[in-house]
Amino acid sequence: MQQNSVMERLKNGIISENPTFVLMLGMCPTLAVTTSAVNGLGMGLTTMVVLAMSNMFISLLRNVIPDKVRIPAFIVVIASFVTVVELLLKAYIPFLYAALGLYIPLIVVNCIILGRAESYASKNGVVLSLFDGIGMGLGFTVALTMIGALRELLGVGEIFGYAVMPESYVPCSIFVLAPGAFFVLAALTAVQNKLKMIGEKKGKDMSKVGSGCSEDCMNCGEKGCAKRFYDTSAEPKVSEENPKQKEETVKEEAAND
Amino acid sequence: MSGLMKVSSNPHIRSKLSTSAVMLAVVIALLPATGFGIYNFGLDALVLILVTVATTVLTELIFELLMHKKVTIGDFSAVVTGLLLALNLPSSAPWWIGVIGGVFAILVVKMLFGGLGQNFMNPALGARCFLLISYTSIMCNFDCDAYSGATPLAALKAGERVNVLDMIIGKTAGTIGETSVIAIIIGACFLILLGIIDLKIPGSYLLSFVVFVALFGGHGFDPYYISAQLAGGGLMLGAFFMATDYVTRPITKGGQYVYGIFLGILTGIFRIFGPSAEGVSYAIIIGNLLVPLIEKITMPKAFGKGGERV
Repeated sequence: MQQNSVMERLKNGIISENPTFVLMLGMCPTLAVTTSAVNGLGMGLTTMVVLAMSNMFISLLRNVIPDKVRIPAFIVVIASFVTVVELLLKAYIPFLYAALGLYIPLIVVNCIILGRAESYASKNGVVLSLFDGIGMGLGFTVALTMIGALRELLGVGEIFGYAVMPESYVPCSIFVLAPGAFFVLAALTAVQNKLKMIGEKKGKDMSKVGSGCSEDCMNCGEKGCAKRFYDTSAEPKVSEENPKQKEETVKEEAAND
Repeated sequence: MSGLMKVSSNPHIRSKLSTSAVMLAVVIALLPATGFGIYNFGLDALVLILVTVATTVLTELIFELLMHKKVTIGDFSAVVTGLLLALNLPSSAPWWIGVIGGVFAILVVKMLFGGLGQNFMNPALGARCFLLISYTSIMCNFDCDAYSGATPLAALKAGERVNVLDMIIGKTAGTIGETSVIAIIIGACFLILLGIIDLKIPGSYLLSFVVFVALFGGHGFDPYYISAQLAGGGLMLGAFFMATDYVTRPITKGGQYVYGIFLGILTGIFRIFGPSAEGVSYAIIIGNLLVPLIEKITMPKAFGKGGERV
């Protein structure tokens, strides 16, 4: 798949860099609101809308925002969209608004959104950023819905409010309480890791797949990346950014002579 | 000089006491309480105990076979866990409660953290609290053929009079193994005589609990009230068999006193100020979580490291 294409962005968000199971970001809403499948789905979609819109706008404004104040600027953009979404939810889906409660305004500080703004949207084009946001949001939604559905199934015996367990099933109510969220998240992450290990055994490259270059090679784990500047050149680049130090060493050598 | 002295690597002083011997002793020590529970609550209790013990042993076996680890069911620790868990269940509980509790105790609390010696929390108590939160109505239903109504501790909390003598003998409602103080004390004496447990933790636990109840219980130093509190609920079983668990207690001597006193105060707070009449299991697992910190502050100084700093 072509690097940095629209489809690749979607796949990256949902599978390769799933924000919940792989990046382990946004744990607070993940653990707190996934008491049922509907809540998980609602929270995921709400976050997706905010993520896509803020990614798009930040990408549009990326050349205008001064580097020094970029974080406050990102937060203002994100907070505006959160407010819009919050009011929309309050007006049209009040039951979801009541269920999610405090966690809707808290989307502002969701680290997935700020993380994508910082590492992707502020460095890439508008369309790609929009789809990066949608992909990440879908990944978050899938993860939250899965956690919510499992917790609802075990804790209440229903999925999306429909009874699926037999009559005789006695619900294990710890799963709708806070500890259940940790149990389910840990179990699903373990399953995901297991699948990854099986994939690696079969010879597929399951290490970080196509992360979409943020041109931040310092903090990138991608080995063998063609764009990696200091891997391709055999000679280690002379510290361009620090010519002073070089001068100093020269001076020292001169002094020693 | 004829030949060389053979010097083996340390430790040079070895104890003949092995893990399985210790665990077997604990099982034997629990037999009086188990026997009394079966006598008191009938066949249901026996079935529940057998199912729970079978589940813990099988879970450990299956986990270790699946993970290609050394099979350690021979050390009887899974039997102890299963037995302790079963003794903490009401006899009216259905058999699958024992299965879920046993799987949780061994799989989540013990094996996922690395097996015996690595678990941060007493597996039996962890499972009991898991069941208590998940299936509150089943776990708090002490009605059976022999008894109906509240446990003596709940009655005491509600301000009713209870028969302390019955509580000491064990002819009351409650979980399978906790009712008879006499049976538990017999088992505990056996362990103390063998030197497997000592009185540091149970003694400081019970003493600080008595002091706390006398100070804050609202009855002053009333022998009737205090003895009812001591004999009621899982305090005796917890103090002698679960707070003293080798893996989850502090290893330092001072730490064991701190741990015991802390458990006593915590149990007192839960029983007197909490909404529920019982709090021993929660007190002990919270104590378990604090054990690393307690060990850190009570670590004895190495020779030459103590004294005043110059």
